[in-house]
Amino acid sequence: MCLSQSVMNYFPEEVLEHVFDFVTSHRDRNAVSLVCKSWYNVEKFSREKVFIGNCYAVNPERLIARFPRLRSLSLKGKPHFADFNLMPHDWGGHVYPWIEAMSKSRINLEELRLKRMVVSDESLELLAKSFPNFKSLVLVTCEGYTTDGLAAIASNCKFLRELDLQENEVDDRKGHWLSCFPESCTSLVSLNFSCLKGEVNVAALERLVARCRNLRSLRLNHAVPLEVLQKILVHAPQLNDLGTGSFTHDPNSETYVKLKNAMKNCHSIRSFSGFLDVNGRCLPAVYPICASLTALNLSYAPGIFSNELAKLIRHCKKIERLWILDTIGDKGLGVVANTCKELQELRVFPSDPYGVGNAAVTEEGLVAISAGCPKLNSILYFCQQMTNAALITVAKNCPNFIRFRLCTLNPIVPDAATNQPLDEGFGAIVQSCKGLTRLSVSGLLTDQVFLYIGMYAERLEMLSIAFAGDSDKGMLYVLNGCKKLKKLEIRDSPFGNMALLSDMGKYETMRSLWMSSCQVTLGACKTLAEKMPRLNVEIISENEGGAGEGEASLDDRDRVEKMYLYRTLVGPRTDAPDFVRTL
Amino acid sequence: MDSDLNLKATELRLGLPGTTDAISPPKNNKRSSPDSDSAPSPPKAQIVGWPPIRSYRKNNLAEAESGSFVKVSMDGAPYLRKIDLKVYNGYLELLEGLEKMFKLTIGEYSEREGYKGSEYAPAYEDKDGDLMLVGDVPWEMFESSCKKLRIMKASDARGLGCAV
Repeated sequence: MCLSQSVMNYFPEEVLEHVFDFVTSHRDRNAVSLVCKSWYNVEKFSREKVFIGNCYAVNPERLIARFPRLRSLSLKGKPHFADFNLMPHDWGGHVYPWIEAMSKSRINLEELRLKRMVVSDESLELLAKSFPNFKSLVLVTCEGYTTDGLAAIASNCKFLRELDLQENEVDDRKGHWLSCFPESCTSLVSLNFSCLKGEVNVAALERLVARCRNLRSLRLNHAVPLEVLQKILVHAPQLNDLGTGSFTHDPNSETYVKLKNAMKNCHSIRSFSGFLDVNGRCLPAVYPICASLTALNLSYAPGIFSNELAKLIRHCKKIERLWILDTIGDKGLGVVANTCKELQELRVFPSDPYGVGNAAVTEEGLVAISAGCPKLNSILYFCQQMTNAALITVAKNCPNFIRFRLCTLNPIVPDAATNQPLDEGFGAIVQSCKGLTRLSVSGLLTDQVFLYIGMYAERLEMLSIAFAGDSDKGMLYVLNGCKKLKKLEIRDSPFGNMALLSDMGKYETMRSLWMSSCQVTLGACKTLAEKMPRLNVEIISENEGGAGEGEASLDDRDRVEKMYLYRTLVGPRTDAPDFVRTL
Repeated sequence: MDSDLNLKATELRLGLPGTTDAISPPKNNKRSSPDSDSAPSPPKAQIVGWPPIRSYRKNNLAEAESGSFVKVSMDGAPYLRKIDLKVYNGYLELLEGLEKMFKLTIGEYSEREGYKGSEYAPAYEDKDGDLMLVGDVPWEMFESSCKKLRIMKASDARGLGCAV
């Protein structure tokens, strides 16, 4: 290294910069900047894409100082468990300060990708007006804005290529945001407004699609009827990715025939989703494109019965990514196993989350998939029941899992055949899948499963635990064993102070730790916060009505209901609401 | 937490760590008592955030399942109407609403005779696609399973009118 380093120092900076252009991954670029001062500087001024996994780990000023030529920013706000109502509203994660700072510093922002952040109309308006070359806005599980904000983006971003809204909570203001795209806008490549609840101006939509000749990805919302879909497909047969809106019509009508013909002409569609409102008898229109599909998301379509699903899937031999509801049943999963030999990622969501009845999918479906799909590497599976034997078989069949997330509808259900905990099953998974980076466990579990995880899950980066374990030992096994752990989230498990405080330095190697309804006390959290100044230890109270009532009576010996801690370079955040206390 | 299992060693305990009771991995399969021959029923109270699915998804399912606007067709009428089932508190109100909307009389329901004696009989298509007589099941069950309403001429509805 010494020899090559001194050789490299004789290269002019332009050469270094050119070489670094080929280094694209964030981790690699981070590593590059650590080599020496000159590399640090060259890298610093040539870095265009930055990813910040926790928006409170740094602040906008530091970001801009560090990477002044920033063009593309990716930010994540709330922690994962916020998705499941475990985080009170208004906890934080506002994007406005970031946009404001970049605007003031004249950053040439072109792309912004946000996940679990609060986005106000004000921020969208500022964004739209501040960055003349702005091209791409992707919002995943965000909230806080209305269609007025979208109107601002549509009106002002002259070179907009991508507007992708995934599962956002948007207030629909009955405006005509779609009509705000000027006639001169022809640059759109990707438009996804499937999560919007309100009507859109379909005439404006058709015209927009017709003039954007480079449009590759289009996902419509509920309000766009089948007749309009048909017209759109005639304008845009070049689409790669299509999300339908409403898909229900009289299959005997002329419109439906026209749709079938339009679909036949769409030779490039590889990814398909939607069916937000579906009449099963209209599904055959889709069969012609099924053979070339690599991604299919039917998880928003509870209206498709399992036999129709099976028929559809039989046409999809090239599927690599499949998201469905458990209405497919174990039998339907058998069809998937027989048909989809290229399958890499499967997600099976619950169609009836609180229903006690109809066991939709069980361990049988999972075993069938593992046996039939040799390329499977990522799974999210909501099921009624599971067995150790099944998990052991799955582990044997699929040693290549990168992500394995199992969710039993009853969080502490034991092995359905033996009534034992599911420790052995998950143990087999971590032992077999050496490349596992993400794991969610559920079902009846003791400390033993964590012993296995600590022992075998060497590459594990994210672990989700709920209602599991017997004692601090469980958590200790994980903290001591999983060297690459970045995110640990735990709820309703008997882990307490001893585990929390055993290796405080560990948390600086991680992005964050979430513990709710566990056994940690306020005193222990205070100790941790004191010893580790580069962590923010947040105590989040239930009552949003100010810290007064709940907090005053909270003693050091009292259990803390929700604790979220994360490493940070910038100390306690300044925008924390009343019910969040940073120790 | 409810647990009918006899496996003490694996019992979920929320006591403070350090309390007595040595915890050892379960050695042996003590089958649970005979009264639980299937997996223990889900905890009685709904747990916050379980199963872990995003509200967006939950809302999507809820809307689809209890999508309260349903189409109403009447035999012989040129076009259909739509009504919001949520607006009604029960069968009486629903039937009154239908009577007003289509300017007809439906008459009284009886389990035995259906809507015998009136010109029209209200029927609905349920989740399985079957045509059912309105009024047989509890209102809530009807609300969640009704996909479409159909006001049939009594002459066609003879088969529906008789309870077995």
